[in-house]
Amino acid sequence: MNLLTVEKLSKSFRGLKAVSNASFTIPEGSINALIGPNGAGKTTIFNMVAGVFPPDSGSIVYQGKPIHGLRPDQVCAAGIGRTFQIVKPFAGLSVLDNVVVGALLRSKDVSAAKSYAAEIMERLGLGAKRDMPASSLTLPDRKRLEVARALATRPQLLLLDEMMAGLRPTECDQMVEVFRGLNRSDGLTILLIEHVMRAVMALAQHIGVLHHGEVIARGTPAEIVRDPAVLECYLGEETEV
Amino acid sequence: MRAHAALAVLAVVLLALPWFAGSYALSVATLILYFAYTGQAWNVMMGFAGQLSLGHAVYVGVGGYAAGALFFHYGVGPWAGLWLAILLCVALGLVIGFLAFRFGISGVYFALLTIAFAEFTRIGFDHLDWLGGPGGMFLKVAQRDSIDLLNFRGPPAMYYYAILALTAGAFALCFLLLKSRAGYYWQAIRENEEAAQALGINTFRWKMLAVAISSAMTAVSGVFFAFYYNNLFPEQIFHISRSIEIILGPIIGGVGTLFGPILGAVVLTVLSDGITEGLAALGWEIPGIKQVFYGIVLLAVIMFLPNGIWPALARRLGLHK
Repeated sequence: MNLLTVEKLSKSFRGLKAVSNASFTIPEGSINALIGPNGAGKTTIFNMVAGVFPPDSGSIVYQGKPIHGLRPDQVCAAGIGRTFQIVKPFAGLSVLDNVVVGALLRSKDVSAAKSYAAEIMERLGLGAKRDMPASSLTLPDRKRLEVARALATRPQLLLLDEMMAGLRPTECDQMVEVFRGLNRSDGLTILLIEHVMRAVMALAQHIGVLHHGEVIARGTPAEIVRDPAVLECYLGEETEV
Repeated sequence: MRAHAALAVLAVVLLALPWFAGSYALSVATLILYFAYTGQAWNVMMGFAGQLSLGHAVYVGVGGYAAGALFFHYGVGPWAGLWLAILLCVALGLVIGFLAFRFGISGVYFALLTIAFAEFTRIGFDHLDWLGGPGGMFLKVAQRDSIDLLNFRGPPAMYYYAILALTAGAFALCFLLLKSRAGYYWQAIRENEEAAQALGINTFRWKMLAVAISSAMTAVSGVFFAFYYNNLFPEQIFHISRSIEIILGPIIGGVGTLFGPILGAVVLTVLSDGITEGLAALGWEIPGIKQVFYGIVLLAVIMFLPNGIWPALARRLGLHK
């Protein structure tokens, strides 16, 4: 069954077509990646799914209900969590309190939210840093915090925006393990937008390739790396990394 | 444990103050508590939810005039007037909040909007003859030795206890708010609104709640002001300097902290009165010199303790904020 169905999505900014007629589906329980060169429209699609702005045309259907045009908080309440490419921790709060804010969406009781938040932090390896101010975390930990906060809202679908950017290869591999674990043990569906091919190839079961706002290829990693159109526009030079 | 003991001693001293303090000390204490309470109210909006209001005098003024006018014209005491004051101020706050939050006005532009509302309310009240216009409204001062709780008339000690109770109540309320879901959500909005929204927080609704609570609390300080000072002038009560006066305490004490507004009020009021007394004792009568000293001290605090006095003090005492 498809958890998310994106159909004929288009968006222009002052005449510039950022996304045109993009369609793809995300099966429940799968890990999916959207890749493409800079300016291909990845982040625009991401933002439309997350409710940051509405599409000009087309539809986004989540669990059978249209969600295009909903606000970000409504999208989150519907069950879609997201992280930010440029991490946005609540710098003045402790690491635990950052996650508690997310947990309060489903458990209105603060102490219940706290214990759920602590549980998630343990899973992401942030347990020892719970009382530190979020502003004191290193970049990999801040990225983890983004994930922990989003997971605390108990999403069925997690959107990851350039999660691996700025991470060293070993840190990137650790992150990959975290997402694999979440997908395997919790059945979490994941959509990642990513530049780092190492992570995409290791994680994704389905890949969509965007170029100039259009989906030019869809398939498994093995199919994508052999697709001539993809090789031409993008992958050829990137896979050597 | 030591903190609890210190708080208990403080409570006893505050409760017993009217018995040993002279009338001047009592009026200074009342003023301190008035600023502590009002600063706490402002802190809900700015300190907790991150919405900078530079026009909080508007709630003091509207609240004061609402209860004052009911008493002046109809002899209705402040216990009823209080509700009218709260109702009007919350309505006004929600109008300002709606305009700002619905149309994406934030940061300094939000602050400008709050100034604008305070200013044109001031000008409006100047033209309301029913409320005395620019000549002001004067509440009847009954004899001050008997206590008339119903009309909130009585000796200075009565006002002192009233504002002491309000300050303690506001502290308790803010303590609970900060530990509640609302407190977490407000702080999330303050730290990063976009991230807060992505975590399912309806930021519009929670910001409106902060405005409603803050304006309701400030309305009460307006009612207190009206019945304590017994005179209301639009030029004074709505003036931007009043708004600034309200926010200086929490800023000096520590924005977003529970003790900040109280500590700031103590420091600023004692400083202001201390400078006046000190200069008088020295026999210096240079116009404006008080403001110069006051400004220097403010500057020093902001330079050396940019987060306010309380966070630094709490660290030294080994307490959390």
